[in-house]
Amino acid sequence: MMKKSRRSFLKVAGIAAIGLGAAPAMNFASTNAAHPVKSKNQTALTAHRWGMVIDTNKVTEQVVEHVMEACHKAHNVPDFNHEVDEEKFPNTRPVNHKQELKWIWEEHFKYAFPDKEDEFLAEKFLDLPFLVTCNHCKNAPCVQACPTQATFKREDGIVLMDYHRCIGCRFCMAACPFGARSFNFRDPRPFIEEISPGFPTRTKGVVEKCNLCSERLAKGELPHCVEASEGAITVGDLEDPESEVRALLNENYTIRRKQSLGTEPSVYYVM
Amino acid sequence: MLEIAIKGSKSYWLWIVFLLAVMGAGAFVYIDQYMNGLMITGMSRDVSWGFYIANFTFLVGVAAGGVMVVIPYYLHNYEKFHRITILGEFLAVASLVMCLLFIVVDLGQPTRVLNILLYPSPGSMLFYDMLVLNGYLFLNIVVGWKMLEAERNQVEPVWWTKPLVYLSIPFAIGIHTVTAYLYCGLPGRGYWLTAILAPRFLASAFAAGPAFLIILCYLIKKFTKFDPGWEAIQTLAKIVCWAIIANLFFFLCEVFVVFYSGIPSHEAHLTYLLFGYHGYNALVPWMWTALILMFTGAVFLIIPKLRNNKTLLPITCGMIVIGAWIDKGLGMISGGFVPSPLHHVTEYAPTGKEIIITLAVYATGFLILTILFKLATQVKEEVNG
Amino acid sequence: MTKNIILTGLGIFVLAVLSPFWFNMVTTTQAKPSPELLGKAKTEKKCVLDKYDMRANHMSLLDEWRDSVVRDADRMYTSANGKSFNMSLSTGENSCLGCHEDKAKFCDSCHTYASVRPYCWDCHTNPKEIE
Repeated sequence: MMKKSRRSFLKVAGIAAIGLGAAPAMNFASTNAAHPVKSKNQTALTAHRWGMVIDTNKVTEQVVEHVMEACHKAHNVPDFNHEVDEEKFPNTRPVNHKQELKWIWEEHFKYAFPDKEDEFLAEKFLDLPFLVTCNHCKNAPCVQACPTQATFKREDGIVLMDYHRCIGCRFCMAACPFGARSFNFRDPRPFIEEISPGFPTRTKGVVEKCNLCSERLAKGELPHCVEASEGAITVGDLEDPESEVRALLNENYTIRRKQSLGTEPSVYYVM
Repeated sequence: MLEIAIKGSKSYWLWIVFLLAVMGAGAFVYIDQYMNGLMITGMSRDVSWGFYIANFTFLVGVAAGGVMVVIPYYLHNYEKFHRITILGEFLAVASLVMCLLFIVVDLGQPTRVLNILLYPSPGSMLFYDMLVLNGYLFLNIVVGWKMLEAERNQVEPVWWTKPLVYLSIPFAIGIHTVTAYLYCGLPGRGYWLTAILAPRFLASAFAAGPAFLIILCYLIKKFTKFDPGWEAIQTLAKIVCWAIIANLFFFLCEVFVVFYSGIPSHEAHLTYLLFGYHGYNALVPWMWTALILMFTGAVFLIIPKLRNNKTLLPITCGMIVIGAWIDKGLGMISGGFVPSPLHHVTEYAPTGKEIIITLAVYATGFLILTILFKLATQVKEEVNG
Repeated sequence: MTKNIILTGLGIFVLAVLSPFWFNMVTTTQAKPSPELLGKAKTEKKCVLDKYDMRANHMSLLDEWRDSVVRDADRMYTSANGKSFNMSLSTGENSCLGCHEDKAKFCDSCHTYASVRPYCWDCHTNPKEIE
């Protein structure tokens, strides 16, 4: 008898504790359910499926440098070559360059397109810099792999990351066939020369990658890489036949990375 | 029953203290990892999983291997296994706890781990892996405990333990199948992208698990008054024999397909593991060691005279466990990441800190194993003696 | 006999459980915080919700906001009182810190007092703190 009543007491107490914990959230939901409205900025750029066309003829070493710098600076991507300010970040341990982070970077043809490696490749392609980044695949393996939906596909086709939710399991990094993802093996802040206030930094222990400047599209601006590329990069709506990207795809011969895997990358290269 | 665990000989307590010391050292290093991030490991942008996930994969196999004593006893009424089924179940429990710990220490944000439950993602294989691993752990704890309790009280086990035992069989296959699916469903990783990965995982599991159990039986016989029985060990040895042959055969199939078809994105990984790739060959000696150990082990187990040799058998089993550990742990994970999807080569080796944390997880598992085995053997001594 | 032991034990338990109170009685209690409304926030008067609702529920609101911004791309919030806001902690005029200009005197004063350490600022930055 004693045992039973203690048990039922604990049960009731447990349920009561859950109730107490949930109360604030429920209050909040009940008081505010009615009126507030969430909406997009009126100036926001929208698309059915965002895509990118990179004109390899216009990509020079200089363009690559500008694009990388614009992107990485604006998004507070740490640079492991940056000399750490000892005053602000005392006792920072030495870096392991293999643990670097990057959103958009340069590769040679045979690395950007390993399945198209060619013994007798036209010489002009051999040393040409190719810009590679997240492909915002239509069938993104990283989205499929993520166990918390921290990586997800937005309605407009952008593959995005919710850094608040990422548990750092790195399954998405194993899943990505393009090596587009980087992991914060350590706190990135000591390696950011100047923190850009327009975008948060990341915390240690989460994965990150190109977000197609969704924070800029929301304000009606085009991505940083487009602006810095001197016309080499075009971003637009792949589903809209009237869009600039579709015009480029119509007029030029384009290739995509690892097309045979069926992930349907949204980044095209004009050859 | 737990009171049994707090009465023991001096060597028992020395062993416990030793395990606790290793766990303490690991906890200390883990604090460093928790504060400073996974930078303390040898992992990198290109090799984003390392020693932790490798050991996780191997131990899922050891846990699944426990089913190789459950099936003969419960499905085929093979009485000789009566004395050791509980050992298989408890070995699974300890292995699974280690698996879960390895997942947690591998996370970049371990405090957010419950997000897996808060935002369940049925598209992710990791979601199912969590379900089957926890399910199998739960089943083994309940079944093992209830069976042992019944044995101690000399009564029939409660009726509902039987259906749970039957349920645990598909779960055992499930944990290792789903763990293989984590890898073999990824489009860009040629080494893992093969339908034979799950069967190969199971084969090596059914070799490494029972082989480890044989070693444990020898230790039990040495340190306690309980004798698991030579015939049971002999049967286990035959199971190990066929499983390791199957594993080698599956590996051979893999080697044939990869090299005969010659598709570069598949070939590069095996070339790296077996012969070195573009001058990088850190894993080559390991892989050949693993193959030689497994092959020699298989030969020793096929020949009855060698299999029946009581001194040689534990050594053979040790060779097979180590071989499977290298093949499935080191080779399987690093091999999948080298070369990277862009065909860059970044090699991986665990750091000292990573190894200490790994040893601490093993120490935790062995602590659980020691206590559970002590309970089991003591109860059996009481009943039989 | 056992009754006495149990009662003494219970007594000690109750004393121990209430230890924070004893601790506060013998030490000087920190004055309760008074977050200051400075700059724009002072003249503006109206926030997303009324004062008490905000005090109790700002964390749930922020949680809702971050999901909306990150996952649905909806960045404008028109609240029940008709005002609209840019759903952002720290970017732009119309964000939280855009109005509550002094993070230390607004956010931190209460959080420090209550020993709450939200990890917002592990990633988000206070524009004022970047020199």
